[in-house]
Amino acid sequence: MDLLLQQLINGLFIGSVYGLFAVGYTLVFGVLDMLNLAHAAIFTLGGLIALWLVETAGVSLWLAFPMACVAAGLLGLLLNQVAFAPLRKRSDSQFSGLISSIAMAIIFEAAALGLFGARSVRFPVGTVPTHTWQIAGITITLLQVGIVCVAASLMVILTLFIGRTRTGKAIRAVGENERAATLLGINVNGIIAFTFFVSSALGGAAGILFGLYFNNLTPDMGRSIELKGLAVIILGGMGSIPGAILGGLAFGLSEVLTVAITGTSNLRDAVAFAVLFAILLIRPSGLLGRGKTREA
Amino acid sequence: MKLVGRALMGVVIGIFLLSAVATTAFSASFKMGFVFSMTGGAAVYGASQKEGASLAVDQINAAAGSGLKIIPIFEDDASVPQQGTNVFNKLINGNKVSIIIGPTLSNTAKITDPIAQKAGVPVLAISNTISGITEIGDYIFRDSLTENVVIPHTVKVAKEKLKLKKVAILYGNDDAMTKATYEVFKKVLKSSGIQILGEQTFAKGDRDFSPQLTQIKAQNPDAIICGALAEEASGIISQARQLGIPKTVRIIGGNGFNSPGLIKNAGAAAEGVIVGAAWNISSTAPLNVKFVNDYTKKYKHAPDQFAAQAFAGVHIAYQAAKASNGGSDRKALRDAMAKIKNLDTVLGRFSFTEGRDANHIGVVQEIRDGKFVVLGN
Repeated sequence: MDLLLQQLINGLFIGSVYGLFAVGYTLVFGVLDMLNLAHAAIFTLGGLIALWLVETAGVSLWLAFPMACVAAGLLGLLLNQVAFAPLRKRSDSQFSGLISSIAMAIIFEAAALGLFGARSVRFPVGTVPTHTWQIAGITITLLQVGIVCVAASLMVILTLFIGRTRTGKAIRAVGENERAATLLGINVNGIIAFTFFVSSALGGAAGILFGLYFNNLTPDMGRSIELKGLAVIILGGMGSIPGAILGGLAFGLSEVLTVAITGTSNLRDAVAFAVLFAILLIRPSGLLGRGKTREA
Repeated sequence: MKLVGRALMGVVIGIFLLSAVATTAFSASFKMGFVFSMTGGAAVYGASQKEGASLAVDQINAAAGSGLKIIPIFEDDASVPQQGTNVFNKLINGNKVSIIIGPTLSNTAKITDPIAQKAGVPVLAISNTISGITEIGDYIFRDSLTENVVIPHTVKVAKEKLKLKKVAILYGNDDAMTKATYEVFKKVLKSSGIQILGEQTFAKGDRDFSPQLTQIKAQNPDAIICGALAEEASGIISQARQLGIPKTVRIIGGNGFNSPGLIKNAGAAAEGVIVGAAWNISSTAPLNVKFVNDYTKKYKHAPDQFAAQAFAGVHIAYQAAKASNGGSDRKALRDAMAKIKNLDTVLGRFSFTEGRDANHIGVVQEIRDGKFVVLGN
């Protein structure tokens, strides 16, 4: 029983990082109907920038975390300006945007490689206070609690922001119909840029949490989460924020339980993607997807 | 004007020829090629090796007087077999070296050593530990202990000191080196009567080891046997302690653990980790004490196992060259290498086995206060 509970908790931690990553991913998709494949590169850079701030600039983590998120958000603005905005007026901008975001992902990764080198880098010892709790045979560290709290609160804030605020409503309006939103006096380009900022800041935050938890950052670490993030948002329903959170947790749990049951990590991705496949067969729009209503 | 120029040229050529004659006549020397990974992933090992080898060459040449001297030629294989192939060809055909020391990585050696074997140039490996290196041919030697020698010794000492009865195994099952480590461990554990509670595996690039470690924790082993390279090993060690596996459950690793980087990356969690090695800095043999002092004085930091093996490698090759009339005949040099027996080196009394592998006594170390110290030998 302890064993199962501990494994479920292991899954919860990694799942919340997946969820946070996927929330940013799905946000851009919900607004633009377009996949931003550079999201994983921004995830990587978020983690590396936080590391640089802590290690080289000597900033405390509490300050480095928001600073790196903002930096990731600014990279998102750059991404929008370079890869998406110039193509938006052309026909078939969805496909060309997808391709140009791959180019940006390569550029970002190369920049990370040039700036930080190919070797694994780590947060210095003592960046996060090490404290462990033993509750009923289960071990939890302060860092793990922190990760879940940060991820959960960012996701709650985002959900409230999208649902309740004026800007959030504008984001949804642009997602619903760009032309109608323009007629209603919404600054569509501004809203899209803002969405990229928020999405990338969340991606960066996920990168920092991922980096802190495993303490092993490389310029290509985004690749390990890129495909999973995509699977998570498909699983949850494309464009659905609660769906991305749910999908992230489901993905994290399925990974951990697969490894725990088979004793090897080789089948981990196979099972996770098989689950995705099965869900798509039963519910093609994903767990919490809205179906195809928007295209009407 | 033209005439003066010609005359000058003649004089220059004359001096050049004279000096060439002079060097061959009055002081014997032979060319020793070094292939180390100075850039790329294994650069950290290559840097140590070059320092160890340079120290040995400098000391030998300074002491040689009018005797046999070494002309060292250092090359960088950039941690990749392709570049290793290029520099092997250059050393063999261009520089015409008598012997090559290196390359740093086993992976590279598998590709480069057949080139030397075909050309009839002796190779002395100083850091390759996987099996199948000296089997490439009769010109290939090594002074680094293989996992087949180190691991049984590690298990024996660990069993004695820690009273091991039951262990759990965690290893990477998609890497030649970590898999080899696992196979040797498994064989030795079985023959020493230690029970294996369970086997878990991970894959290259994994960062999350908590599911496997959680299963291992529930099995309640006396120790965890781990086949991993330094990078993954750091993650495994840290996460094991984070999951509350007590420090009394030691983590025992293969040669992949022999890296100061492990201590740096895993920090306090690395305390108590056990690994077998060919050499330990604290050995009090006079030759080793002198080596550690000279090295530390010259480079302002302490040597590691890779530097010691490089230092010993130069001495072994030099002994063979002296025994083979100056080392310029590659075949004679090879035969002299094969005859090396009980040579006093910084690694201890050194001989080659029938299969041209290293034969000397290794040490089992543990990490204590952020350093590798001897647990037993």
